[in-house]
Amino acid sequence: MTASATLIVLMAVLYAVGITVMLERSLTRVLIGFMLVGNATNLLILLVSGPSGTAPIVTGTSADEAMADPVPQVLMLTAIVINFGITAFVLALIYRSWWLAQLGDQGDVVPDQHTGETEATTEAPFDAVDLDDAALQKILADSDEHPYEPGRGLEENR
Amino acid sequence: MVFILLAFLVVSCAATGLTGWLSTRVFYLLSVLPFAAFAYTLAQAPVVLAGGAVTESIPWIPQLGIALSFRVDTLAWLLALIVTGVGGLVLLYCARYFTPDEPGLGRFAGLLLAFAGTMYGLVTADDLVVMFMFWEITSVLSYLLIGHYVDRKESRGAALQALLVTTFGGLVMLVGVVMITVQAGTTSMASIIDQWLEGPATTVAILLLLVGALSKSAIVPFHFWLPAAMAAPTPVSAYLHAAAMVKAGIYLVARFAPGYADTPGWTPVLVGLGVVAMLVGAWRSLRQYDLKLVLAYGTVSQLGFLMVIVGFGGHDAALAGAALLLAHALYKAALFLVVGVIDHRTGTRDWRKLSGVGRQSRMLAGITLVAVASMAGIPPLLGFVAKEAVFTAFLEAGLAGDPWGWIALVGTVLGSMLTVAYSARFFWGAFATRKDAAPSELSSHGWGILIAPGLLSAATIVLGVGAGPLVDPALRPYAETMPGPGDYHLALWHGFEPALALSALVLAVGLLLFWRRAWVARVQDALPSTLDASRGYWLSVRLVDRLAARSTIFAQRGGLPQYLGTILVVYVLTLGVASALNRTWPDSIRPWDYPEQVFVAVAIAIGAIAAGQARQRMSAVLLVGTTGFGMVALFAMHGAPDLALTQALVEMVTLVVFVLVLRRLPTKIAQRNKPVKRLLRASIGVAVGATMAVVAVIALGARQDESIGTEWPRLAGEAHGRNIVNTVLVDIRAWDTMGEISVLVVVATGIASLLFVTGRAGPIPRLVGSRQQRRGQNRRRVLVDPLAPGPEASSSRMSWLLAGRTLAPDHRSVLLEVLVRLLFHPAILVSVYFLFVGHNAPGGGFAGGLLAGLALVARYLAGGRYELAEAIPIDAGKILGVGVALAAGCGVVSLFFGVEALSSAYLEADVPLLGHLSFGTSTIFDFGVYLVVVGLVLDILRSLGAEIDRQQEQADLSEESKDDFSGSEVAR
Repeated sequence: MTASATLIVLMAVLYAVGITVMLERSLTRVLIGFMLVGNATNLLILLVSGPSGTAPIVTGTSADEAMADPVPQVLMLTAIVINFGITAFVLALIYRSWWLAQLGDQGDVVPDQHTGETEATTEAPFDAVDLDDAALQKILADSDEHPYEPGRGLEENR
Repeated sequence: MVFILLAFLVVSCAATGLTGWLSTRVFYLLSVLPFAAFAYTLAQAPVVLAGGAVTESIPWIPQLGIALSFRVDTLAWLLALIVTGVGGLVLLYCARYFTPDEPGLGRFAGLLLAFAGTMYGLVTADDLVVMFMFWEITSVLSYLLIGHYVDRKESRGAALQALLVTTFGGLVMLVGVVMITVQAGTTSMASIIDQWLEGPATTVAILLLLVGALSKSAIVPFHFWLPAAMAAPTPVSAYLHAAAMVKAGIYLVARFAPGYADTPGWTPVLVGLGVVAMLVGAWRSLRQYDLKLVLAYGTVSQLGFLMVIVGFGGHDAALAGAALLLAHALYKAALFLVVGVIDHRTGTRDWRKLSGVGRQSRMLAGITLVAVASMAGIPPLLGFVAKEAVFTAFLEAGLAGDPWGWIALVGTVLGSMLTVAYSARFFWGAFATRKDAAPSELSSHGWGILIAPGLLSAATIVLGVGAGPLVDPALRPYAETMPGPGDYHLALWHGFEPALALSALVLAVGLLLFWRRAWVARVQDALPSTLDASRGYWLSVRLVDRLAARSTIFAQRGGLPQYLGTILVVYVLTLGVASALNRTWPDSIRPWDYPEQVFVAVAIAIGAIAAGQARQRMSAVLLVGTTGFGMVALFAMHGAPDLALTQALVEMVTLVVFVLVLRRLPTKIAQRNKPVKRLLRASIGVAVGATMAVVAVIALGARQDESIGTEWPRLAGEAHGRNIVNTVLVDIRAWDTMGEISVLVVVATGIASLLFVTGRAGPIPRLVGSRQQRRGQNRRRVLVDPLAPGPEASSSRMSWLLAGRTLAPDHRSVLLEVLVRLLFHPAILVSVYFLFVGHNAPGGGFAGGLLAGLALVARYLAGGRYELAEAIPIDAGKILGVGVALAAGCGVVSLFFGVEALSSAYLEADVPLLGHLSFGTSTIFDFGVYLVVVGLVLDILRSLGAEIDRQQEQADLSEESKDDFSGSEVAR
């Protein structure tokens, strides 16, 4: 099976631009990159459907012979709708992050949350768990290994 | 039996609600169920005592041979009586133990009852897999019950520890369960035990099962979770951690002993670890001050004792083990309940602070004395009878030449001496009058709380005195399932026997240890505390925590671009290497499919590159839109009308949604990237693009087979559809569509939850008096709306849209309103048309839904959020729900007709105007899709449109009020 060079080049361009834009920090740019990559991927599926043809609607005439492959079309239809849903979701995310931050034109920038992170800050959440453990251990220890205090009488100690 | 389990399930679920109504009295009601199960089990006695078994079986997973099969033989009968009897008494006790203001009482009641039911299922189940299921449920319920005081750290920690240890054991056991069921070829325990399997695989399987049993029954080295679990309320300790759950491990061993006691490793593991647990538990119990912890370590010790005798094998040992099991459940549950009473009445469980409790509460002391004496093995109580039987069994095995008999005898005699010592110390600690402590003040709770421990102690006496006539015949059938001879009978008096001498020796030494307790304490303090298994547990838990933290720090440091970049570089490298090695290049390549393609492609490419360069949000979005519409052209010319239609509609809705959000965001996109990074990003992008191109060429060249699509026209004909794409979506591959609309529902819910912080279930903003306005004769009358910008403006002119006047005059466009008024209903009609003809012509649920959504978008754009609410005054969530329910309903209904899920049935007719229609269940499915898409668009409009409007207005309002305030300040 042969491919249309035009579509291959177009797909490559869409991927290249889409990925480049997607790698930026601004969420809006990420979304624009995502939409371009989405279109590029639809093109990829379109490519593998082979040459163009008539619509995949059975007419019962000889035109059915030249029908385009319906399989990729079904895949693409699903992809288009899901793409739309995700796009809307990311838009809601963008709005939400802007609304939370209210930082003007910096609002939809994803911060590098983990760059300044040290081992101490990462382990901080575990300290809380350790406190739970420690409390339990202390309870057990207090009730169990009661130390013998030499200054007092045995009966007092027991 | 299944009925009883169902009753437990239902009542447990209802318990929380009932508690809100009945408060602590709910426990009286709940206890009826375990008592009923107790009575039902007692009624099974004639069959069981004759050596038979009551069975019940419901097929569950026939492919794996797993059935909900239950079988009550003597052992199951005994345990069922214990768990239901003690369970009922503990529930009765709870009614007096808790006060109505106890937090989480309803949850507690439900969980405790559910536990009783699960335990009943565990001991009666015959299917090993089902038994394992109950086994794990008890672990989870135990976790929830130990953690009852959710606000206490030690309670949470103890709960988690118990859960981790027991589920670790459970997981190991699961492997054993699978192994043994595969070897036996059945999941029925009765049949597995009858088969007497042998061989290395069986040995491994059995040992794995034992790990589960040991962890559940808190035997060394897993014993440490049990004392910590005493953070639970006392009724839980009495029931789960003395009478029922910890007995599950003993039960499992007792269950498998008749068939597998000769398995290599069985005796050393059980007798060895059992003796160690008995000694360690008793030794540590001797140094506790908390009465509950004395009992907790005592339980570890007694569980070790039980493990030794139950796992020992042989007729006499089995009889003795069953008797000891019963005796332990009775006295230990009673003792825990007594501690609960003392704790409640005096406010402390530390016996150093108690004084004169015995003098003030003779009744309590009497009940305790019976239970303690049974624990210490003093005649004529059941504990004594059982201990005599145990000693005799070991002695005879030892005399018969079994070295393990001697080891077990020496170990348990030593352990029993310590047991006598800590029993005496417990009683003395709780009830003695101390000179140095102030007399404890007892608050009065009435005698009701003493019913449960009193009955348990009474049973200890009755069954002890009547051991010969009552207990012996009941437990004998279990002992007789053991291979080998045996003629021992349980009785109070066997004459002067070696065992009696041993008992006397144990008592004497034990009391001596108690008398010289100061000396014992000195020895204990001098010895280092060895065998601290909990330290190993903490170390391993912490190791896992640290490992997770370290690997997260190592792998996830950067922001999103870094992760994406890493993924893409790896992708390019791997696929690049693969394509470099490729040898299957296509022979030829076409320049284009048709000449127009080039023009469209150039347009798209320009749009994409420009979008990449755009600095303003709106222009970037519009440029991306051009690529989308370019795709529409490509689809249309390729021969994909459905795609073209859907893509065009999606592009329009997307544009609107973008505008809705972007109107509040700043126009310019923030840029903070250094030029070096820009180059890096561009090179990654170009590399990915090039790789994808190469991959596409190779993939096409490598293709050899015909598309599966060649069969689809025929299949579509079978599905009464001519439009193959739609037919595939709603019929041939309907499952995929089902998944897809589920994603859409999740997305819609996600969007709504991001915007409506407090929940979207709030009232939909409706116009005041819109109902009247909708009536025909009132259509022309103008309604006075408080939200309208000015009363004079709305007095005379009629409006094109219901809510048009809610918008500020400078936001209104009469042209838009007229257009929307004229186009809305036709658009909805066309969308329904799309829905129905989709099977045969371009259209379908997705396109129809999008068009309807677009009509709503137009309504909203022209008339604002009130107009949207008037257009469709239903919550978007309900539309989504109905859509999914319709689609899923199609799948389920076809199951009722005995065909596979989502199969279609058809009804064809020629309808005027619409032409030939084939109405199938697939159309209902498509209608579900339609509704989900409409719901999605509506949710987007409500969230990103109406809600943002509202927030904007609120922000403007607060801005204004701030200005007003400052203005008045100045004026003053």
